[in-house]
Amino acid sequence: MTNDVVIEAHGLDLTFQTGDGPVHALKGVDLSVEAGEFVSFIGPSGCGKTTFLRVVAALEHPTGGTITVNGMTPDEARRKRAYGYVFQAAGLYPWRTIGGNVRLPLEIMGYSKAEQAERVARVLELVDLAGFEKKFPWQLSGGMQQRASIARALAFDADILLMDEPFGALDEIVRDRLNEELLGLWGRTGKTIGFVTHSIPEAVYLSTKIVVMSPRPGRITDVIDSPLPKERPLDIRDSPEFIEIAHRVREGLRAGHGDEV
Amino acid sequence: MTRIAPVLTVLAILVGLWYAAVAPMNIRVALDQAQRDGVAVVPDTPVARREAGIVGLLVQNAGVIPATYDLDRPRLPTPGQVGAELWKTTGEMVMNGRAFSKRGLIYHGWITLQSTLFGFALGTALGIIGAVAIVYSRTMEMSLMPWAIISQTIPIVALAPMIIVLSSQVGIEGRGVPKAIISAYLCFFPVLVGMTKGLRAPGPEQLDLLRTYSTPGWQSFLKLRLPTSVPYLFTSLKIGIAAALVGTIVGELPTGAISGLGARILIGDQFGNPLAIWAALFAAAILAGALVTLLGWTQSVVLRRMGMGL
Repeated sequence: MTNDVVIEAHGLDLTFQTGDGPVHALKGVDLSVEAGEFVSFIGPSGCGKTTFLRVVAALEHPTGGTITVNGMTPDEARRKRAYGYVFQAAGLYPWRTIGGNVRLPLEIMGYSKAEQAERVARVLELVDLAGFEKKFPWQLSGGMQQRASIARALAFDADILLMDEPFGALDEIVRDRLNEELLGLWGRTGKTIGFVTHSIPEAVYLSTKIVVMSPRPGRITDVIDSPLPKERPLDIRDSPEFIEIAHRVREGLRAGHGDEV
Repeated sequence: MTRIAPVLTVLAILVGLWYAAVAPMNIRVALDQAQRDGVAVVPDTPVARREAGIVGLLVQNAGVIPATYDLDRPRLPTPGQVGAELWKTTGEMVMNGRAFSKRGLIYHGWITLQSTLFGFALGTALGIIGAVAIVYSRTMEMSLMPWAIISQTIPIVALAPMIIVLSSQVGIEGRGVPKAIISAYLCFFPVLVGMTKGLRAPGPEQLDLLRTYSTPGWQSFLKLRLPTSVPYLFTSLKIGIAAALVGTIVGELPTGAISGLGARILIGDQFGNPLAIWAALFAAAILAGALVTLLGWTQSVVLRRMGMGL
């Protein structure tokens, strides 16, 4: 087990200036994520979970505190291809085939044609979409489209995978399957994963670390290190340990709400 | 079959209305003609007829009604007469081996088509360049868009003669180029507006995705904004080409042009030949329909190739 810290935040603040006055999206956030961890961010809307992920990705810039990704600023880390980002909508280009979509970042980053083809084939295999390379997105189900968007984020070998409610728009059955597959993928690739969700079972099932957040101002109320083993069949969700962690997450969410009233 | 029935029904109703309108519109002319030919008509002086109501004239001179459908210079020709005139100035001339005679509509349609296509190309290029400038520069948006909108509020009929005069001042010979400029003037606007919308169509998530790859601006343009704008572009092009044709015909109207469909309309008017006007109008409509249909086909082929056609 390595103990390399890949994401480290100290006293992170982010305030948006809006017409209705300042909005404290993040306030005093301290967090460190080690290599190979699966970290879920859970909390109600407006708690800053997505904002935190966007700060890591240098899509937003903090107004206070410090954050490093692989020991660099988020902007530098992005230029070094430190992370792949998966959005809630698969966002595949309708005019590109599945293979073409996965190839998009590789083209932009200037990989050779041969290497592009080799990588596209490899990551499509990884997300169980081998054979769909020549299909267009509209020919695939929502779950398959989201798998293709994960393949796109994996194509250029970033060590960190940032996922913003990637399965939020999918139905329960598809979501369960993708969760199981995501765990398998994480086990095989050893990536560090940051995963935003508002589903308690999803967070508990997937994570080695659960970050519970609460809104106004967006802050961390609890960080839970999961004692669950790395091998997790779906029925682990009926075990007492699972239920206990889920209970603690729920308590954390309730406490965050209590402050406000 | 089920789809063709309603289309034919609407067509039949339109043609029926047209035929029904022919008798009342032409009755006075037909009565004048009949009287000259020695037929007794009621009332028997042109002045009295001018004061009589149309319904009354039709009822009192029912025997003359068939003649309203067969006048040489009708106020309103029948669809059949317009069709015959169209055939006489196109198909029949082709059969006689004089397809490009200056008396035929093929020659005049070709003249109009050339200027239209030239103007369309010019207008489309200007519209696309303008849209790119607007999307990438706030300053351009503030300085270009108001002028583009104002330009479309000026009646083109007022502007056309000035464009022709100014063109000849800078040494441009002939009518082709000034007509194309007028045509481009009408055509660039829909392309500008449509392309601006199309280039701005990618959502924030799609732009964020490219930011996560640190994508250079020109690559986001080529890989995201341009392909996204293609369906918008085609919609604008279809409006643009119809506008370009109108522009060309307007450019031929008030300017003393002697060839082109606009010139045929003007000459028909000056020589009191309504059949020539109607035939030229229909030729223009058929040309516009053909151009828009052609673009529609291109659109479906391109979108299908891009994987976006359904």
